[in-house]
This record gives sequence, C-alpha cells and structure tokens, in this order.
Amino acid sequence: MTFDENIQKTQLHALHVELGAKMVPFAGYDMPVQYPLGVMKEHLFCRENSGLFDVSHMGQAFLKGLGGEDVASLFEELVPGNIQGLKPGGIRYSMLLNEDGHILDDLMATRYAYAENTLYLVVNAACKEEDFALIGKALEGRAELTRLEDRALIALQGPKAAVALGRLVPDVMVMDFMTALNIDIDGIPCFVSRSGYTGEDGYEISVPGDRASELSRTLLAMEEVEAIGLGARDSLRLEAGLCLYGHDIDDTTTPIEGDLIWAIPKRRRLEANFPGAEVILNQLSNGVGRKRVGILPDGRAPAREHTIIQDLGGNDIGEITSGGFGPSKGGPVAMGYVTNAHSEVGTPVNLLVRGKPMPAKVAAMPFVEKRFYHKSKA
Amino acid sequence: MTIKFSEDHEWISIEGDIGTVGITNYAQNALGDVVFVELPEVGASFAKGDEASVVESVKAASEIYAPISGEIVEVNGKLDDAPDTVNQSPRDDGWFFRISISDTSELEGLMDEDGYDEFVKGLE
Repeated sequence: MTFDENIQKTQLHALHVELGAKMVPFAGYDMPVQYPLGVMKEHLFCRENSGLFDVSHMGQAFLKGLGGEDVASLFEELVPGNIQGLKPGGIRYSMLLNEDGHILDDLMATRYAYAENTLYLVVNAACKEEDFALIGKALEGRAELTRLEDRALIALQGPKAAVALGRLVPDVMVMDFMTALNIDIDGIPCFVSRSGYTGEDGYEISVPGDRASELSRTLLAMEEVEAIGLGARDSLRLEAGLCLYGHDIDDTTTPIEGDLIWAIPKRRRLEANFPGAEVILNQLSNGVGRKRVGILPDGRAPAREHTIIQDLGGNDIGEITSGGFGPSKGGPVAMGYVTNAHSEVGTPVNLLVRGKPMPAKVAAMPFVEKRFYHKSKA
Repeated sequence: MTIKFSEDHEWISIEGDIGTVGITNYAQNALGDVVFVELPEVGASFAKGDEASVVESVKAASEIYAPISGEIVEVNGKLDDAPDTVNQSPRDDGWFFRISISDTSELEGLMDEDGYDEFVKGLE
C-alpha cells in the first residue's frame, strides 16, 4: 500500500479509526471498507436493523437560479429527468449526459424548499469536480452553484432507521419516500432526505461537518444502529439492483443500455431537449445492441466485475460489471451487459470464471425486495 | 506430526508422506467472510507455487498456492456447503486438501510456527 499525502479525509475520519475500521483509499478519500463486525454481518445487520454510512465524500451543492427562470428548467438542459415536476422538498434520481447520450454521472436532485429557486444536488465523489465544473460552466450567468464543502453526509438505512432517527425527531417517521426536510436533530440543524441506495427505507442526513461526529455517535449508541463500511454498501446496492457509476454505467453507456429508461419521463422524450437526446430517442425507437441485466450464477462461485459472459455456444455476449456474494440472497449475485438477444429474464448463459464456463441465468432485479416508505401505503 | 508455514499464509501439516493444507488464522482474518472455495480435483498434480485453490470472500477472490509439489489425494468436501468453516476453524476443520509429498527437501524452505509468527509480526 502506498501512502498518498493528497488523500482526503471526511469529517468522520477520526470516528472510523476509533471504531476500528479498516481504511482504504476510495475516490480520493481515506474511507472505511469495513468495521470489526465484517462485511457479511454489517450487510445482514443493515437489512434487519439499520446501518450508518459515512457518505460525506459525495459532492453536495446548491444550484440557485438567477433572474426569473426556474432553476429546474435550467437544470433540465443537462439531465433527462423531470426536474420541473418536483414539488418543494421532492427528490429525483437523474443523470448528467454528454452530447452522445452517454452518462457522465448519476445524481439526486431535490427542489430545496427553504431558499428561493434552488436545487440541492448530491453527486458521486469520483465525479464531483467534473460535474460541478460542467454545471457551473453550462449555466454560467443564469444559475449559481455553491458547493457545500462544510457539510457532511450520513446515510441511515434499514427497516429500523425510522424508529432510530424518529427517537430523536419524530417528524421524520412520516416523511414520504423521496422527500426532504430541514429539521433540527438533537439541536443540530440538518437537511434530511428520505432516500438512500441500499433498497431499504432510510435517510440521508446533510449535517454541518463540525457536528457530524456528534450526531453519528448519538445514532451509533442506539441498539438498532451499527456503522457500515463501503464493502457492505456495495453488496447492499448490488442486491437492490442499483447501478454504481464507473462500473455499471459510465461515459460509454446510455440510459437506454443501462436500463434506466424509467428516469426519462414522457414529457422529456417529447421535448427532446436534453444532451444526447437524438441518440437516446433513436435507441428508444430502434432498440440497443446491449442492455444491463441481472445475472444469477447457478452455483456458489461469485462472478466478479469483468467476468466474460458467453452464450451456450461459447460466443462472447457481454461482461459482468458488478458481481459478488449477496449476503441476504445467500448466494452469488451480479449485473452486467449482454447483447439484446440474450437480455430476456431466464436466458441461460455461461460465465467464464477462471477460464471455466459456469452456468448462470439472466435474472430480474432487484435480487431482494425493496422496502421503501410510502405515506399512501402506511 | 510437523506443521510448516508458507509466506503466502498457508499451513501444511505433515503425517508420513501426506501433507494437509489450509490457510492460517491471519489469512482468514485478512480475507474476511469466506463464501466459496474452489478446490482442486483429486488426482491433480501441482508443482510448488502453483495455484491449487481459490478462496472467495465477500470482498474478493484470492489464490491458494501449493506449498509443496505433489498430487492431490483428498479434498475437504465440507467447504462446498459450509465455506465459512475456513473462518471458524482455519487450522482444523477448515483444511483445503491433502497432497502427497513428492520431494521432502521442499519442506525445508518453509517456516516453523515460531518463524511464521515472527513473519506475521513483521507485517503488522
């Protein structure tokens, strides 16, 4: 391991070390890959109780529209999602696209209800410099981007997340999925989103950096809460069928290939005014050569990223982009790209693991049931 | 019975001309939760240092090398159904395979228990 003096630390770094985490470099930050509990137990604990994740390495920013134009309408110049349709406090998953319709990053956008004409954005750590530069430049003079470097971001995920956080601030228990609220937690001014990336109910809490450790300690003191590292974060999101940027989607894939059509609503398709719209709409009409699918190996051996996928005749038809062991599934799980002809659920394929073909099937995702909180169903 | 250790964190326990091979507690701890072990075929021959098994943890795949040359005479089928035995009992129930020892001089290049403990201390 080489020591990188440029590596950054989140506001919770000292807490991770104190908790006995194994630290690894990730997206330029020294991050906890696991705590003494270990990846498997952390994963299972989060699915049964709730897990606390430090995601402060991700990029947070406000985007404020200048002049009279709606900031949501401005932001739609860069993404294919329905941002204008967001009510105050509403959150959407979307993507920054380039002119070829390829994905530059995926992100969450919230219509921030506490400042005029403002969006709150959360983007991936590894892409944040490029993303914020691109947004700032594209909307120069029309919108102002302010990075929230002094804020940490904590995710609390799992079926008991609402009970745990609700103990400190009961109002969060009835928040709808994909909505956000400014609220004090134990006297700490926080911006709480009911969202996450594990397939479980939960929250992402934007908190002043100097109070992140205090809030984390309060939550970790509860019996429903354990600290969870990047290892289990990866297996949790993989079981939930969620893309990891840079692996399952990147600047060579389009949202259609990536099976993210649902993130491009009808109005945006009709308007066709987002980057790469021509390419993407053409793919929508005429189909794509390859598609992201779930893959379930028949046996016990995990198939890792870059494993070659073959048809039963031994022809290469694609590659695994994320793969490993799913602790809740109790076996190996994977996702990857296959040619369109092989993308139907149930299609038998072979995975070349260490040179040997291992039988597997194209499978529906998520691999575990999603358990989000919807007020209407509560 | 003699037990020897390799720098790749394998142990080999020698009884007569048969060696039983597994990974050390240090190795299982570094790997984390073991979810799959690919064992060699009985009858397969390996030269010292050849890749003889693969152990998959939740995090990653790691190769297990033959600590000596020889032929596989038995594998631990229990690991197919209960790969986590490697974590729970790395030095006992979690053995990987038994190999016939073709060249006893190869054992001299391996460490004894004290030597291995020193080696591990040097890594920490």
